[in-house]
Amino acid sequence: MQITSPDFKQNARIALQDVGLQKALGNVKTGFPHKRATAMARLPEFDQLRDEARDLKNHIIENLDIYLEAFESKVLENGGHVHWCRTSEDARKTILKICQEKNARTVTKGKSMVTEEINLNEYLEANGVTPVETDLGEYILQLRGEHPSHIIAPAIHLNLEDVSETFHANHHKPKSMDPAVLMQEAREELRNKFVAADVGITGANFLVAETGSSIIVTNEGNGDLTQILPKTHIVVTSIEKVVPTLEDMTLFLRLLARSATGQEFTVYNTLSTGPRREGDQDGPEEYHVVLVDNGRSEMIASELREMLRCIRCAACMNHCPVYGAVGGHSYGWVYPGPMGSVLTPQMIGIEKGALLPNASTFCGKCESVCPVRIPLPKLMRYWRRNEFEKHLTPKAARWGIGVWGFFAKRPALYRQLSSFSNLALRTLAGKKARINKLPLASGWTDGRDMPAPSDKTFMQLWSEKQKNGASS
Amino acid sequence: MNTNKNQPVVGLFITCLADLYRPEVGFATIKLLEQSGCRVEVPSQQTCCGQPAFNTGDYSTSADIARQTIAAFDGFEYVVAPSGSCIGMLHHYPELFEDNDPWKARAEDLKKRAFEITSFLVDVLKIDDFKVDATAPTFNGSVTYHDSCSGLRELGIKAQPRQLLAQVDGVELKEMEESETCCGFGGTFCVKYPDISNRMVGNKTQNIVDAGAKTLLGGDLGCLLNMAGKLQREGHAVEVRHVVEILAGMTDQPALGEAQSSVKAG
Ligand code: SF4
Repeated sequence: MQITSPDFKQNARIALQDVGLQKALGNVKTGFPHKRATAMARLPEFDQLRDEARDLKNHIIENLDIYLEAFESKVLENGGHVHWCRTSEDARKTILKICQEKNARTVTKGKSMVTEEINLNEYLEANGVTPVETDLGEYILQLRGEHPSHIIAPAIHLNLEDVSETFHANHHKPKSMDPAVLMQEAREELRNKFVAADVGITGANFLVAETGSSIIVTNEGNGDLTQILPKTHIVVTSIEKVVPTLEDMTLFLRLLARSATGQEFTVYNTLSTGPRREGDQDGPEEYHVVLVDNGRSEMIASELREMLRCIRCAACMNHCPVYGAVGGHSYGWVYPGPMGSVLTPQMIGIEKGALLPNASTFCGKCESVCPVRIPLPKLMRYWRRNEFEKHLTPKAARWGIGVWGFFAKRPALYRQLSSFSNLALRTLAGKKARINKLPLASGWTDGRDMPAPSDKTFMQLWSEKQKNGASS
Repeated sequence: MNTNKNQPVVGLFITCLADLYRPEVGFATIKLLEQSGCRVEVPSQQTCCGQPAFNTGDYSTSADIARQTIAAFDGFEYVVAPSGSCIGMLHHYPELFEDNDPWKARAEDLKKRAFEITSFLVDVLKIDDFKVDATAPTFNGSVTYHDSCSGLRELGIKAQPRQLLAQVDGVELKEMEESETCCGFGGTFCVKYPDISNRMVGNKTQNIVDAGAKTLLGGDLGCLLNMAGKLQREGHAVEVRHVVEILAGMTDQPALGEAQSSVKAG
């Protein structure tokens, strides 16, 4: 997929003017946060579970090699295969090779952000394998040639009208605005594909070391058909998804559903443990797990380590006022919102991703809702520092901070300058006490007035008062 | 420095925005502190808390400013500011120094002494019979309160200003929807991403106007300037003040961005 993160500002400007998008985003803002709050209120120990989850994730990350190896040996024991892939390219090649060995023409896919991250669909297509998305949102996007704008609700940027148009154009059926009818259409289209697929690819929400299982959670059940019907099941996931035991997994499942959709539990929680065994009624003949690193093991040793706790619940973007204003596509790559603003520079480079960690007021709402308590603002600030120290910060900003810093470090000079600038701005404001056009701050004054500063600064008034010996 | 053993000595951290835009806020803060039995001094070696540099990723300038601020407030029992955001920044100072740097311990020490004004009155001084100066002009009308992000999420300031306002006769609090949602100021954010910032403040002013209060209050001048500027551009009559102005009974000054302000010290 094309990376447009360097154009974030322009993407955002267009998004802000897009009436349809703004309507769709209105649903994110009112829907998810409200549902999460209700679910939280029903579980008094929610915050305590968050602490437990944070601590457990920290423990896992510290012992990641041990748990991954334990997971691998269980998978092998169960008759499955594990593929370790350092880069996106390794992962793509590995997956294609499995598909080719099976002479696969079509593969069905469950929802997976890691396959977006490694750009799998385009690669498979270019190599003669047709991927078919089976998650309803992903299916709609595939028909439209779009990418997800949200990590759990990929088509959240669309309205019913858009879906209706898209289906009408692709399914050649009468146009409908009834969600149930549209759903039925998609089901019918997908049914044949499920049966025809040679390989099923899913992601994994978690990997369980003690049993060698992978789990996917969905609300549509499409994932089950994707991993049960084809002869080969490939799980594509990233290394930080491993948890020690089934018991540990349930802790995360409880947090994940509530944080993501406000459900107490997701509708389908489907575990896969190796290929079909003798006597099993269904299941694939082959079971492969593709473990993607793609910069994650580097993160363990860096200040971004805490980001590896992320369980991809999307609460941070659901509650982010910037995401709520500009939508996921503005971020210009796979992962949007606060978690994306931390991950994207790691994966595409700070040179291309720098505008993302800067696009935050540091309001801290994301951190306050994160189920594993990731200090997202702190991690975004890490990137700003990285950018500044690599001299990538835009010249104007760097210069501005330099000049300001020069005065801020010299209190006496600072006092003189501030008295002077106050007077100047005051003069500019005139009697109105506010400024509606300010040359260097047009970003402010294009949309709002600038209240004028005071005639005299507090420090001037205070020292006058001290000199006069007035008691306050 | 302390003459009366029981009288807490407070260093006022004026903050750059109150210094430049709203000296009244400084004088109101002093009045509240003195009314509550504190002795207040204003160290002259202070400038800004350094947040613009910190949030731009310029840690070296941030650390220079942190050292300057730490030194300026050495020896004060407490450091109080009319801003959750700037006190929040003071609480970040320890992150700027390595563990073996002596400044780290001094930064930790400053952090323990640094409080936002409403939190200081309620949480530290435990003022429960707070009364507005009887000689001050009374405030009559409805207010709505914006919870600024740093104060709310970094310092836990939510109940304190409301608790104090509840003790001021004539104040009726009309809560707005989403009072905890960011107004879009965000320091340099508002000029780096003006379109997004402008949308966020537009959402905010909608909620403010819908609340139907006469006055918008808050505890941080950055946010207040942003919201006042938007309300005025949109032509709304809601006036904007820092909460200490009401608490100290200093509402004879024009509201933010309204007509000429001329401070009468004391
Ligand atoms: S960063 Fe936290 S809130 Fe955001 S997706 Fe990850 S776990 Fe969820």
